[in-house]
Amino acid sequence: MMTKDPILKVEHLSMRFGGLMAINDLSFEAYRGNITALIGPNGAGKTTVFNCITGFYKPTMGMITMRQKAGKEFLLERMSDFEVTRDAKVARTFQNIRLFSGLTVLENLLVAQHNKLMLASGYTILGLLGFPAYKKAAAESIEQAKYWLDKASLTDRADDPAGDLPYGAQRRLEIARAMCTAPEFLCLDEPAAGLNPRESLALNELLRSIRSDTGTSILLIEHDMSVVMEISDHVVVLEYGQKISDGNPEHVKNDPKVIAAYLGVEDDEVDEVIEEIEHIAPGGTL
Amino acid sequence: MAKTTSKTAVSDDNLMARALREGFYAALVALGLFILFVGLKTDQNILNELILVQRWGLLAVFVAIAAVGRFLTVAYIRPFLARQKVTDVVTGLLPDSVATRFFRMPALIVAAVIAVILMFAGETIGAAVPAALAPWVTMIRAFAIIYVLAFGFFYFRAYISAHFNMLALIALLIYPPLMVYLFGFQGSLKYVDNFGIQILIYVMLAWGLNIVVGLAGLLDLGYVAFYAVGAYSYALLSSYFGLSFWILLPMAGILAGFWGIILGFPVLRLKGDYLAIVTLAFGEIIRLVLINWTAVTKGTFGISGIAKASVFGIWSFDLAAPNNFAKVFELPMSSAYYKIFLFYLALALCMLTALVTVRLRRMPIGRAWEALREDEIACRSLGINTVTTKLTAFATGAMFGGFAGSFFAVRQGFVSPESFVFLESAIILAIVVLGGMGSLVGIAVAATVMIGGTELLREMTILKQVFGPEFTPELYRMLIFGLAMIVVMVWKPRGFVGSREPTAFLRERKSVSGSFTKEGHG
Repeated sequence: MMTKDPILKVEHLSMRFGGLMAINDLSFEAYRGNITALIGPNGAGKTTVFNCITGFYKPTMGMITMRQKAGKEFLLERMSDFEVTRDAKVARTFQNIRLFSGLTVLENLLVAQHNKLMLASGYTILGLLGFPAYKKAAAESIEQAKYWLDKASLTDRADDPAGDLPYGAQRRLEIARAMCTAPEFLCLDEPAAGLNPRESLALNELLRSIRSDTGTSILLIEHDMSVVMEISDHVVVLEYGQKISDGNPEHVKNDPKVIAAYLGVEDDEVDEVIEEIEHIAPGGTL
Repeated sequence: MAKTTSKTAVSDDNLMARALREGFYAALVALGLFILFVGLKTDQNILNELILVQRWGLLAVFVAIAAVGRFLTVAYIRPFLARQKVTDVVTGLLPDSVATRFFRMPALIVAAVIAVILMFAGETIGAAVPAALAPWVTMIRAFAIIYVLAFGFFYFRAYISAHFNMLALIALLIYPPLMVYLFGFQGSLKYVDNFGIQILIYVMLAWGLNIVVGLAGLLDLGYVAFYAVGAYSYALLSSYFGLSFWILLPMAGILAGFWGIILGFPVLRLKGDYLAIVTLAFGEIIRLVLINWTAVTKGTFGISGIAKASVFGIWSFDLAAPNNFAKVFELPMSSAYYKIFLFYLALALCMLTALVTVRLRRMPIGRAWEALREDEIACRSLGINTVTTKLTAFATGAMFGGFAGSFFAVRQGFVSPESFVFLESAIILAIVVLGGMGSLVGIAVAATVMIGGTELLREMTILKQVFGPEFTPELYRMLIFGLAMIVVMVWKPRGFVGSREPTAFLRERKSVSGSFTKEGHG
């Protein structure tokens, strides 16, 4: 599964908020066709990394390179947030769900296809005059929306306001909406937060099918280890804005530094902890 | 059994006592509020001295209204409303609604008979009774007619709400001929001009502002600036260059839209309250420029003698012109033809605005506007350039303001900065909010109620009978207007039409309840 074709390269990324160094010289790569998980304790700077990648923050230092399938490269740190989605094809979701609650589920998915439809409607003018090209594009966009409604099992609720959906469905809708922008790289900020175990399983299915059917690479922040270990191909662990581990799930979960970070011990005690763990459960899991 | 009866009696006593007490408190509050506003009035006497006029009678009327109103609310209206919600044990039905009880067949017959008698014999009866009673006769006639009409509306309410748009359009189309038929050419002027055209101008303006405030969620307190730009574009270009209305109408729209973009660029980085304040300032700047740039705009004197519009250059309404409408058709001279023409012109412009708005909502740009109102950050995460989206909303709204402005100039034949004060912006915004942000029908209804209502208050000479001959209803129209707004906002917090129609659907079109839509944050 581990292909070594990097879609996203983060190099020497630093982000300073006043006196606080939220991210300190972080470098990692996400590979094409992979699900990469970004994990770490609270306050490790995961969401900040996300915001830097998607253009919502301008990093203090560093370079973020997005390489599309066709070979075109984009330096994301130089682009503004909407250009990151429009041109570089990087879509994102939010930790606190941000749907258009007064628009219906279907309309949410149509708004996501804005740029494509704008072009088809001749920047509104041709569409306003009723040109057939726009009607065709509009029908296609509804088909596209239907496809994702089906994937996210939301077809029954298509004509209801998005704010009326239960929490789990809102999470799925946000992912479907991001996918409607036709991204090559999808960033999910805690997609499993607040989901019950069944919804969590459905989410795993959805993410796997996104990866296999569309070839979209995924980067996700997650606290739910069952999701992370289950579906990710590659895990990057952050603590205090620095990378402490990087590799496949198996490697990461046995990394003493990761264990220490999650259990919260001083650096010099790490060795002790390792010994202890190996003593209790040889080759044990986190 | 006896026990329960006595209990009800006790609670009735309590209710009455409470109602009386609250009525008394309401009277005290009203007295405190109005003693300086209404009870005393500063005036100048013949020697230019400031004197205090005492109006205790009027104050007493105000206080009495407050006291009686509170008493009736507590003692009768509230228990009545509570009873309306209780299901009948025997039939399992809710009691008849107030409307069904109000609109009963016998009452209709009585009202119809009174209406018919007074329609034909009103003049003679009015002449027969003492002069003081004559207005009451007119009022009774008016109430009888209104009751009969309202009965008709109530009876056919399902049909009306299903075909509202078509019926409203037909009503508007036959409105001027109907007024001419009822009141003659000269008499119809008031109804076609003061009511019809005036309301249509505000509908147009409010529909334009609706794009900015209702759809895109950008609070614009200086909308009147674009109205002014449109009006002055027409006034100046027509009087300096003699261009015709049909060239200047689109030009005024384009110029106003252009100004929308110019003002929008620096302003749209701001959000919410800050945006509102800066748009307010821009509105005032435009007005001050109009006042002070006397070389071009003639300042506060305004520009008069603005050329009239013609029917596409075929017939003119200028008295001197050889192709004058009345001359060509050999009709008696009257200004009513021009007003009726303007009415239909305003109606056509309104329809254009509505058509464009309805179509725009289904375009990607319209959806982006609404998405922007719901969540700006989410919009950006979907690759939508929010700056250009906001600018297009601003420019489109401004363009419709410009159309309305040039129409205003051609209707008045005179423009001055007086017409473009902040109050106008506030009224237009109030219409949009009252109608229900985003809803064209709701806004049209709100414009009719607010503008028509204030115009109607001028006509209510009957109020002089209640408040005394010195009472001038038009002076109180803003007070009544404000009161009406408070009532509507308490009764329907999201405006007349609080729900929103989705722009696309898979299976069925369900309107989205107002509790899900957001107002926008700037």
